[in-house]
Amino acid sequence: MTAEAQLTATQLEIGYRHGAERTVVASQLNASLRGGEFVCLLGPNGAGKSTLIRTLAGMQAPLAGELRLSGKALHEIAPRERAKALSVVLTEAMPSGMMDAYSMVSIGRHPYSGWFGGLSAQDRERIEWALHAVGATPLADRQVAELSDGERQKVSIARALAQEAKLMLLDEPTAFLDLPRRVELMSILRNLAHREHLALLLSTHDLDLALRFADRLWLMSAEGRLIQGAPEALALDGRFAEVFASENLDWDAMSGSFRTHPVACLNVRIEGEGLERVWTQRALERLGFGIAETDTSPAAFSVRISAGVWTVRRDGAEQCFESIEALIDWIRGEDWKL
Amino acid sequence: MTPHPTTTSRRLGGFALIALGIIAVATLSICAGSVQFSPVEVMQALLGSEAVNAVHRQIIVDFRLPQVLTALLSGAALGMAGLLMQTVFRNPLADPFVLGVNSGASLGVAVVLLVLGPAGLSLTDGLAASGQMLLILASSGGAAATLFVVLLLSRRVDIMSVLIIGLMISYTIGALVSILMFFSMAERLQSFINWSFGDYGNVSWPQMRFFLPAILGGVGLGCLFVKPLDALLLGERYAESVGTKARHVRFFVLLGASVLAGTVTGFCGPIGFLGIAAPHLSRYLFQTSSHRVLIPASILVGGLLSLSADFIARGPGLDVVLPLNAITALIGAPVIIAALVKQRKLKRLF
Repeated sequence: MTAEAQLTATQLEIGYRHGAERTVVASQLNASLRGGEFVCLLGPNGAGKSTLIRTLAGMQAPLAGELRLSGKALHEIAPRERAKALSVVLTEAMPSGMMDAYSMVSIGRHPYSGWFGGLSAQDRERIEWALHAVGATPLADRQVAELSDGERQKVSIARALAQEAKLMLLDEPTAFLDLPRRVELMSILRNLAHREHLALLLSTHDLDLALRFADRLWLMSAEGRLIQGAPEALALDGRFAEVFASENLDWDAMSGSFRTHPVACLNVRIEGEGLERVWTQRALERLGFGIAETDTSPAAFSVRISAGVWTVRRDGAEQCFESIEALIDWIRGEDWKL
Repeated sequence: MTPHPTTTSRRLGGFALIALGIIAVATLSICAGSVQFSPVEVMQALLGSEAVNAVHRQIIVDFRLPQVLTALLSGAALGMAGLLMQTVFRNPLADPFVLGVNSGASLGVAVVLLVLGPAGLSLTDGLAASGQMLLILASSGGAAATLFVVLLLSRRVDIMSVLIIGLMISYTIGALVSILMFFSMAERLQSFINWSFGDYGNVSWPQMRFFLPAILGGVGLGCLFVKPLDALLLGERYAESVGTKARHVRFFVLLGASVLAGTVTGFCGPIGFLGIAAPHLSRYLFQTSSHRVLIPASILVGGLLSLSADFIARGPGLDVVLPLNAITALIGAPVIIAALVKQRKLKRLF
């Protein structure tokens, strides 16, 4: 298996056509997807992630530029041949009718089966493999309508896997899932990409998970540019921050996450160590306070943490709190004129 | 892993049971009526035996047999058309008439009965065979014209818009029919209302030469798309991603379903509820969404429901013939309610 490009976009312009009118979402996109690579597509809302996924999947014609699948122009490939090379997982995963998970996955065999869709032994083997690969074997006999969001998403991915395409495009498969389910799904997908040498492109809003799991990131900026690179490289050189930072949001390169601007006018001094200090600081920041850097800088009050007691010193008076909860309640009850 | 051998044998058992039901009700339908026959007499008449007198043979062969056959074919056609429409529109409430073929047919009939009739054409005397044929032509023509318009309009829009276009065209045509009715005389109105009750007795052997091929053609067209129909259950986008030419499939499936619905309405009048009830009952009985099972199931279940409705409507033991449409609704609606209540959620049934 070679690492040659599966899908290549050259000077691609994506958007919508209404008669003679054209709405350009993004242009001059140059990118390629290779086998064995798990790529996450990130970008602020409205940057055109879904439009790009739909265009790459051939569901929507590009406005300009070139799109090649294994060297052939995408629009020239017959639907059935394209289905053998490229599979999709869309947000609209809900089938209508009484469909069990096995039947849903078996639809992935349509590009291979005959006129009436009868399944061969090889088809069944592949369906069972796909269910197993995403850990959905126990779900085979269940009605898709009765599955949880996470289970349904797994079955949906199994359906795409059954298609035996080397390229899979997923449009926000982790939306609606809780955090453990999202982590599970991301690791399943990454492992599939590496083990089966698949090229996987996944759009998501989950910056944190994308940074942890993706081999490569595609960042779509609000201006319609596409920036590519290893997650760590984009985080280090500030391009990650550039795409997402806004007036009220800062990229914290230390923690690899975003946080709101400190716009505090009141500072608080914290004395104490350990976990309690960390979470007290977080609570204060959440409530809109800044943390005094030195012992001498001006502060509205100070908090001393020792032996599970929070002692607040304000204008010479002291007050003790038995828990962080009580401290927070007190802070919220006071009028700080922030 | 599905399908289990037990699932397969249970399905075959289900089909056999429905087929037996059809044979039983059909036999009952031919035997019962103003003149009663034994099954033996019926067999003799059908085989042309001399043991049955000519009048009786005529009743059996020329009246009851075509009516039973019409009931069976209409039910099968409506069951299949309903299934196709529900799948293409991904909507459990879709019926064979969503594209408005029913309204088109009623406009054709209204024009003949309410406009041309008073203008000198004599149709209302039931004996006039040419009058009967004219009604069939008018209603089939109306259905075909509506279908043509809706399919033409729907070529460039998404599937939900097709549904709404069909609905709006139905309302528009319904309004035209209301205006015609408003200006009509009472006895003309009565004959129009009689048509709208539905009747399987209009198709005798000469009409059957057109009715049967049209139904078989529609069913055949639908059967060509078993696999894409399964894919369409996931929506048009997914269907296209596994190599289905969704627009192309949609066009031919809508055409097939509307030919079935239009043919039945043309020959028998508007027959409601069978088209919704048969696919739902089939899904409930066979617990599947696969069209390889649901197409034959909807055809058989539709045929059985239709035969039963016709049998009840002809009021065995009574001297009246009840409106067929009322009976299909009385059978169809509780069937849907029962299936829903039993499954508790529509999500599980559709």
